Amino acid sequence: MSSRRARSRQSMSSSRIADEQINDLVCKLQAVLPESRIRGADRVSAARLLQETCNYIRSLHRDVDDLSERLSELLNNTEASSAQAAIIRSLLM
Amino acid sequence: MDSKSSACSSPNPNPTLGPSKLMLAFRFLRALSLVRRTTPASSRTCRGRRIERAAYASMAYSAGASRAWSRAVLRRLHHRARRRAVAPRRLSTTAGNRAEALRRLVPGGAGMDYCTLLEETADYIKCLSMQVELMQGIVDSASSYGP
Repeated sequence: MSSRRARSRQSMSSSRIADEQINDLVCKLQAVLPESRIRGADRVSAARLLQETCNYIRSLHRDVDDLSERLSELLNNTEASSAQAAIIRSLLM
Repeated sequence: MDSKSSACSSPNPNPTLGPSKLMLAFRFLRALSLVRRTTPASSRTCRGRRIERAAYASMAYSAGASRAWSRAVLRRLHHRARRRAVAPRRLSTTAGNRAEALRRLVPGGAGMDYCTLLEETADYIKCLSMQVELMQGIVDSASSYGP
């Protein structure tokens, strides 16, 4: 009888640990999203957070797509050495 | 005396790159110059696609093999030539179907458990936004030196 109670207590605590772990990870996820995406209070529902995360990832994918196109144009147009010098200078200084 | 004050004062508008950002920049620039040398100027869309693949490749290499998403990206890139159509993987019931849309967006997300998915997503977003920042910086500086 006492072992049953101990088992149920253990399963309760392990599910609580899993919930805590998930909450912790959700907070960390919220921290990497840009602030403009999470309007209002610091308590956002998990569903809302996942939605915003998906939107953000999609916009980042679009950015990579657009910037790849623009880089392709620039590689064609700009004179090689001056562009490279400008890039390296801006990255390292 | 205060160790924090030295880190705050910076006359440059561009913050100095940390070691990981620098590695990312070198990898990507190296890939860019390779694309430029090996793709003819006439095939602009082809070059755009190659640049995009170079972006994801250098991102994944910089993240290293310890991340599930980076391994998934590199697998996808290496198998691209061999397989045209990839059959969508069935989500296993043990992994659960929570956050299905997110699983489709994060590389390798389909087979992950929920906790791993959240962790990998945060890292993926960090690396992806760094890559975008890098590419934007390159475009901005190359544009200002245009004809």
